[in-house]
This record gives sequence, structure tokens and C-alpha cells, in this order.
Amino acid sequence: MRYRTLVLTFTTMAFALGAGAYAQAPSTTPPAGNAQNGKKIFASYGCYQCHGYEAQGGPGARLAPRPIAFAAFSRYVRQPTGEMPPYTVKVVSDKELADIYAFLQSISQPPAVKSIPLLNN
Amino acid sequence: MKRPKKEPLNRRGFLKGAAAGAAALVAKSTEAKAQDLQTARPATPLPSARALAAETEPVSTDVEVLTADHPGSDFMLDVIKSLGFEYIAANPGSSFRALHESIVNYGGNKSPELLTCCHEESSVGMAEGYAKVEGKPLAVMAHSTVGLQHAAMAIYNAYAARQPVFIILGNTIDVATRRPGVEWYHSAQDAAAMVRDYSKWDDLPISLTHFAESAVRGYKIAMTPPRGPVVLVADGDLQETPVKDPARLHIPKLTLAAPPAGDPAAVAEVAKLLVAAENPVLLGGQASRTAEGMRLLVELAELLQAPVSGGKFPSRHPLNQQAGGLIRNADVIVGLEVQDFWGTVNNYRDQLERSSRSLTKKDAKLVTITANDLYLKSNYQDFQRYTEVNVAIAADAETTLPSLIEACKRLVTGDRRRVFDERRKKLEATHAQSLEQARTAATYAWDASPISTARLGAELWEVIKDKDWASVGGNVPRLWNAEKHYQTLASGGAAGLGGTLPASVGAALAHRKYGRFCVSIQTDGDFMYAPGVIWTAAHHRIPLLSVMHNNRAYHQEVMHIQRMANRHQRGITNAGIGTTITDPNIDYATIARGLGVHGEGPITDPKDLGPALRRAVAAVQKGEPAVVDVVTQPR
Repeated sequence: MRYRTLVLTFTTMAFALGAGAYAQAPSTTPPAGNAQNGKKIFASYGCYQCHGYEAQGGPGARLAPRPIAFAAFSRYVRQPTGEMPPYTVKVVSDKELADIYAFLQSISQPPAVKSIPLLNN
Repeated sequence: MKRPKKEPLNRRGFLKGAAAGAAALVAKSTEAKAQDLQTARPATPLPSARALAAETEPVSTDVEVLTADHPGSDFMLDVIKSLGFEYIAANPGSSFRALHESIVNYGGNKSPELLTCCHEESSVGMAEGYAKVEGKPLAVMAHSTVGLQHAAMAIYNAYAARQPVFIILGNTIDVATRRPGVEWYHSAQDAAAMVRDYSKWDDLPISLTHFAESAVRGYKIAMTPPRGPVVLVADGDLQETPVKDPARLHIPKLTLAAPPAGDPAAVAEVAKLLVAAENPVLLGGQASRTAEGMRLLVELAELLQAPVSGGKFPSRHPLNQQAGGLIRNADVIVGLEVQDFWGTVNNYRDQLERSSRSLTKKDAKLVTITANDLYLKSNYQDFQRYTEVNVAIAADAETTLPSLIEACKRLVTGDRRRVFDERRKKLEATHAQSLEQARTAATYAWDASPISTARLGAELWEVIKDKDWASVGGNVPRLWNAEKHYQTLASGGAAGLGGTLPASVGAALAHRKYGRFCVSIQTDGDFMYAPGVIWTAAHHRIPLLSVMHNNRAYHQEVMHIQRMANRHQRGITNAGIGTTITDPNIDYATIARGLGVHGEGPITDPKDLGPALRRAVAAVQKGEPAVVDVVTQPR
């Protein structure tokens, strides 16, 4: 029952990050990261709370597959312009951020809508 | 009933009679036997002078009256029956023991039938859910101080949801007739005061005539928009004191007040704005109280080819649209019984410095039509932030819709109709695109464990789509085709956790007589407040498929703690302390089985979900409740 407020308040973040999920921005080479560790801290640092364990989105934007460019990703995480709480270097190091990004890059494309009968009725 | 030789002074009064003498004789005989044993047991003391005096006093000729044929509670039940209640929900309490007994014996436990509840929050929560389906109140009995304290949150939920609930509160005012000890803890001089800030009306009748008038008046008040809970105190003495002359008592006739419709001039002004608008938006809010209300909203929307966001509106109707972009582009926004209009037309940012900005165009015209402008209280802040609007109509929106439709019809020209038709085409495209996006979004994490909420919704839709279904709890998934008024539960409420589960049972109870298949998406945190209501569903054979959205947390609170931890830069791994429901994980299926209902789960693999749901559906179709515990993604 407490969903509504949160869904509304996270709308801005969804717009801000969600766009990248649909159209990849021009990218620079992201720093090398450990996807396995990224998956672990994606959960332990609470990213999953808004974005889901598979980064599929929820109150927060869908982040993967095809995440936005690392520079934009990093900038938003450190200094969000929407509802997302800021993750400063004191709580997520640059190395950890790279690991999270590597995890997002490792997520594969979902099955097509047409291949899932339950979504076609 | 044997008539007393004398009138009783009160319900615990005595009339002298032969019984006392008989009791004395029995006592004397016992005493004689005791004396015979004295030689064998020399330590036994002799009777005291006081005992001897009591036994040798003259035999009484009066009788203590111990029975009554016509307690006040019988008449109270006559009054309750006259109001047409189907059910009366209660956790038993001595302060309404006479009324309870009248219901099950004098009234034959029919109309109303007593619903056994394990918590007053469940009783009132059920009443809220029932009212959202039936459009009329369920009666609830609550036990004076402690029972009302238990009920309080649910009453506030019903108040904020503008739903009628009729609460009868046992209490004993007269200190001379209260039993010593516990009954004093369970009595108050102004029992309803505790919930007065968030109930619509209350009274403390001091006679049966007073009770009858206030019951009928209370029912009428509860049902007049904006609707709300009312509390009627049923004094214990009034319940238990015999009625001297029942024939002299009268039950007033109930005539419900016609809901207030909008002022014609103001309605005409709104019609002018709507017809002239290029991008009007209708916010559905709680406008559709009834099926007729939904029909009227569809008629207005189709007349103008205007999008509708929120409220009860067929989910696959092309004019059913998401609010977001609509609000930004709108030139006229009409809020129909919208509880938080300000929050709909403004964006609010919850960062260290809280800020907000308007989402609307500068020259957009804002209109509210709501009965909430007719009734407001001060203390509890359920009325939301004040919104600057161009037209405010203090009236019931559903009742105002017919005149608004007629006023619009009078203004629509051929030119405007062509504009409307073009708008319709665009909205049809937007609607189709939105549905396709929702389908695509559902594919992400489709096979994930924990199970995605989109997968849960799709699996559930598969097993109910061919039934006459009704959602009675949780959000209706975006891809479901909800086209009938009863298929979604009215929105609104104070968002108090613990309210969804009892409301779903109460709503399922209301749907039962229509043979509808009821389904609820039930969160785990809410479930654990008062899970005993599941037993109530089992006991009263209320069919309900309750599918757990079990994210093993009070998840919104996890996010709030996370936000604070981020803001304070103090580490972000402890947000789960005090907010998650793990270690041990709760086995809801086992709880369900222990409460007498069909239980499935915990389901963690999405491939297991469909079969588990089909087994649960089979149980529900036999008339039982069922709980399917699905371990889900957070949202």
C-alpha cells in the first residue's frame, strides 16, 4: 500500500536513466570491471531495490542490457538530478562502480515478446 | 419470562424471594453434616457467630430475578436489521456480550451474520473491502477501549478511503454497574473520542429510542458523500437492561440523502473549458463509485475523446492513458475525486533539500470536482497539499457527471468533433504503444529468481482471464484486461500497512454471492500484521486466491533507510537491518495451511508458478481460500 508515493517519486529517475536503456549514448571505453563482484555489490549496496536484481527496472529505470555510456552512468550515480539517492565515492569506490557497470554489461538480451505466449494473450 | 414480583433496581439488582431461603436450608444441612464429623476431625472450627446468625435469620419470601425476555440488545438488533446489514464482524468482547447473544440467538445469526474475526483491525479492514465492492457498510462490533485501539488504524484507512463503515462500540458508562477490575480498564467516559478525528460521526445513545435514531442517522451520514466510518456506542447497561414495553419503541425510517451535484453555472464553465481544450485530461480518481459512474466517465471521455488517467476506467480502452506526459501537455486538467491533486500536477524531489516544481503548462486550467471540499477535519492531514485551481466544484463527481456530459454535448460543434476525432487517433496510437512497451518490459528478468512482478502478473492472468474475476487487493497488473467496474477495487486509503489483507477478505466476501473469482496480490509485510483474517476466510468459506508478492522486506522502508545512508555517506550495506523479513524466511504456505486454507510455496522458480497457481485455483473453485507464496523481486 505504500507503493504509490515511491513510484511517483522515482519517476524522474526513471526518465533520466531509462532513456539510455533504449538508445545507447556515444560511449568512451569503460574501465575494466569484475562483473561477478559487480553483481554481488549491485545487491549488497542496494541498487536492486529500485532497479531489480537483474537491473530490469522497477521504481527506478531499467539499466541493462545495453547500459548507457559509463561516463553518463557514473555522473548520474555520483550526482543524480532526479530522485535517486547519491552514491558518493565514500560509499561506492570508482573500482566498485566499474564492477557494477561490468555486471550491467554482462546481462544478456531478454527473449522476444513473441516467444513468450503468456505475453500474447 | 417469569414476571418479577418487584421491579429490579438495576440489572444486578435483587428481589427477595424463596430461593434465598432454599439456599439457606441447603447450607444448614451441610453444616449439620459437618458437625457430625466433628468427633472424627476435632480440628474443624465451630461456626462463627456471624455464620450462625445468617443461617437462623427468617427465611426470605422474595426471588432474585435472574432472567430477562426482552433485553435492550434485542431491540438494538432490530434496529441493525432494519438497516439491511448482511454481516457484522467482531472479535468477541464482553462490552457487547448482550448484543452478541442477541445476534446469534434472537436474530438467528442471519442478516446480519456474525463474522468471527481475530483482530479488530481485521474486522474494520474487512468492512472497508466489503464497502468498496458493495457500496454500503458492513457492521462491526468492537470492544470498548482496547478493541477500538486495535481497530483504530483500519478506521483511519477507511476514513481516508472515504468508505462507509458502521462501528458499534461496547462500553459501560455507569460506574455503579461496571464489574470491578477488567471492565474498568475496558470502559471510557467518551469512548469514541480516540477515533473522532478520523471518523465521520459518532454518538453515545443513553436510551433505546436514542440508539435507534442515532443508528439510522449514523448510517445515513456514513453513506452520504464523502462517505466515511461512523461510531455508535452501545452502552452495556442499555444492552442488558430488560425493555419494559417493547411495543412502544420505534425504529425511524431510513432515507439516504441524495449526493450533492455540482452547481450548474460552475458545471457549464467546466464544460466550456473541456470542449474548447486542445489537450484536456480527465483524472479518474474515485469518481466511479458505482458501475454507473464508470459508464458515465467513459461517456464523457468518448464525447470529448479525452484521455483518462487513474481511477476506474476500462484498462484496454484507448482513452485509458498514463498520466506522465499528458499532464505536461494538458491545457485543461479536471480532477474527479482525486485525493492528491497537488501531487499529480507537481513533481516532488526527496533530496537533502526538498523541492518541487509544477508539471503543468503555465496557462493550464485546473479544475477539481470533489465531495472532499464539503467535509474536512483539522488534525489528521489526509487532505493533502492545497492546490491552486481555476474552478473548484464542491460536489460528488459521479453525481455531477450527467450534467457535465449534457453541458458538453450542448457545446460540441461539428468542428470540435473533428478535432476530437483526430485526438482520438493519436491517443489510440499512444495506448497501443504503451501496451507494447509494457509487454516488452515484462520480458526483462522473465526467467529470473526471485520472480519478477511482471512474470507473476502474467502467470496469474493466464489462470484467471477466462473467469468472471475480480481483483480485491494489490495493484492490477498493467497487462490485465479490466473492463468491468467490479474488477478493480476502489483506490484510496491511508496506506497503513496491514490493511490490504483484511480488505481483500472483506471484498471477496462481498463478491461471493455473485460467484466472482477473487484474486489478490498480497505483500508479505502487510500479511504479517494480522494474518488471522485468513482463518476468518477459511471459517466463513470465503473463496479468495491470495498470491504473495513476497519480497521478504518492508521494501519501501529499505529504500528510505538506503536514502538516508546515502545522504549521510555512512555506508550502505545496513539498510536491511530492521527493514527486511529474513533469517528466518517466513513460510507463508505453512502459515496458510495452519490457518485452514490451501497453501502453495514458497515458489522461487518461475517455472513452478503456473502449476502452483492452477492447484490453488482448483481449491478456490471449491469455495476455499488459497495462499500462493511467491518469492519476488522487490517491485
